[in-house]
Amino acid sequence: MPYPTDFKYTKEHEWIKADGKNATVGITHHAQEALGDIVFVDLPKPGAEITVGKAFGSVESVKAVSDLYAPASGTVTEVNGELATAPEKINKDAHGSWMIKLALKDPSELNRLLSATDYEKFVAEEGG
Amino acid sequence: MGAKMVEFNGWDMPVEYPSAGGIIAEHNAVRAGVGIFDVSHMGDIRLQGPDALAAVQHISMNDASRLAIGQAQYSALLYPQGTFVDDVIVHRLGEDEYLLVINAGTREKDFNWVRDNTHQFNCKVENLSDDFTQIAIQGPKGVNLLQKLTDADLSAVKFYWVTRGSVCGLKNTLIARTGYTAEDGFEIYVPADQVTSAMVWNKVLEAGKELSVVPCGLGARNTLRLEGKLPLYGHEISDTINVWEAGLDRFCKMEKPDFIGHAALEKAKSAGLTRTLVGLEMIERGIARDGYRVLDDGGREIGYVTSGSHAPFLKKNIALAYVPPEFANVGSTVKVEIRGQGVKAQVVPTPFYKRPKKS
Repeated sequence: MPYPTDFKYTKEHEWIKADGKNATVGITHHAQEALGDIVFVDLPKPGAEITVGKAFGSVESVKAVSDLYAPASGTVTEVNGELATAPEKINKDAHGSWMIKLALKDPSELNRLLSATDYEKFVAEEGG
Repeated sequence: MGAKMVEFNGWDMPVEYPSAGGIIAEHNAVRAGVGIFDVSHMGDIRLQGPDALAAVQHISMNDASRLAIGQAQYSALLYPQGTFVDDVIVHRLGEDEYLLVINAGTREKDFNWVRDNTHQFNCKVENLSDDFTQIAIQGPKGVNLLQKLTDADLSAVKFYWVTRGSVCGLKNTLIARTGYTAEDGFEIYVPADQVTSAMVWNKVLEAGKELSVVPCGLGARNTLRLEGKLPLYGHEISDTINVWEAGLDRFCKMEKPDFIGHAALEKAKSAGLTRTLVGLEMIERGIARDGYRVLDDGGREIGYVTSGSHAPFLKKNIALAYVPPEFANVGSTVKVEIRGQGVKAQVVPTPFYKRPKKS
């Protein structure tokens, strides 16, 4: 599975795509594969402040609950409401199924995240 | 097979088979067609000899004297306190021969307990856990699948009965019409050596192709048994939970002269319940998980969730929980604390799922 090169990735398996101060966040293909059938997502409301490295929501498969960690700090501007009723879309297309949109506090935070190549390497080393 | 493995009580077990579509697909295959499970982690204890029945009667709560040869029953081994050593299926294999099928995590404990509590009886107690691989063939089409591989007439075997026959060329194989999925199905017991058990597994998969058989892991096993409200040791039953609390009254025969736990259960019965197992369905968004706290409307802690999941066939979020009897009426609402939030749930009738009666 090719990881888009215009995304940045966390070691907790979130992706973020930034365009200036605006960013879109989701979970990676590897994350959805490890979780299995996703049946529930719990996301913050627009206006919520999230902090880099802190949990901002959760995703649940039939068998597991997993926290979502913020790849960057910012204010939630939009939430993908479709995932509330159709969370399985994440399994079908993890990189196309965004979860939240953010107004970034400090776009330079993204410099600390992994590139697609580094993330792929990280996943391989993790035994994923 | 490309199974996703997980450690379960010291066993490396398949949790799901992503190539088969994952837990939801596996679960629904068992409800509508047929799925197969490698459940070789289950343990087996045989009691054989003139006093075998007396020994089984002494250590288990159901009435094994009612079993005809070839019949099986759900039962449990109890501590003197009336709490659970384990739940078991007791099979009567011969005049004086009984086979107890026990759980993986409690194998050693169960065997030691059975051995230690049957010294006074003239019967041999053997731990056959390492001798057998148990393969479960579950679902409404399970009978069609297994019939292709055996000379035994499966239509003559009723639910919770056993027979013997040649299976995949293995003579005299024990075939039980039992399972842990709340569905019709069979469990077969084949020699545990890897070559033989792999041969049988592959032949069952091959023969099941035209029935669209799906290999299933522990994940689907858990959601299937949860929909059917079948207890899991360490969750709905344990050494601190008694028979009445777990709602397993109908498998506990107090009219039997005596068995371990009897006196305590008699006392517990007259004392009344302080908690009871109920089925919950989430009304608000959220999935209750094992160990989550149950709250009343005012936010006071009243109990806990023993098992909770998304239910793939029912497409609801369900849970089993212990609550005080005053909250146990069907229709009562409670809250489940999910990540700090009280999420509304309703007490519903159980089992959540009952297989359709054959027409």
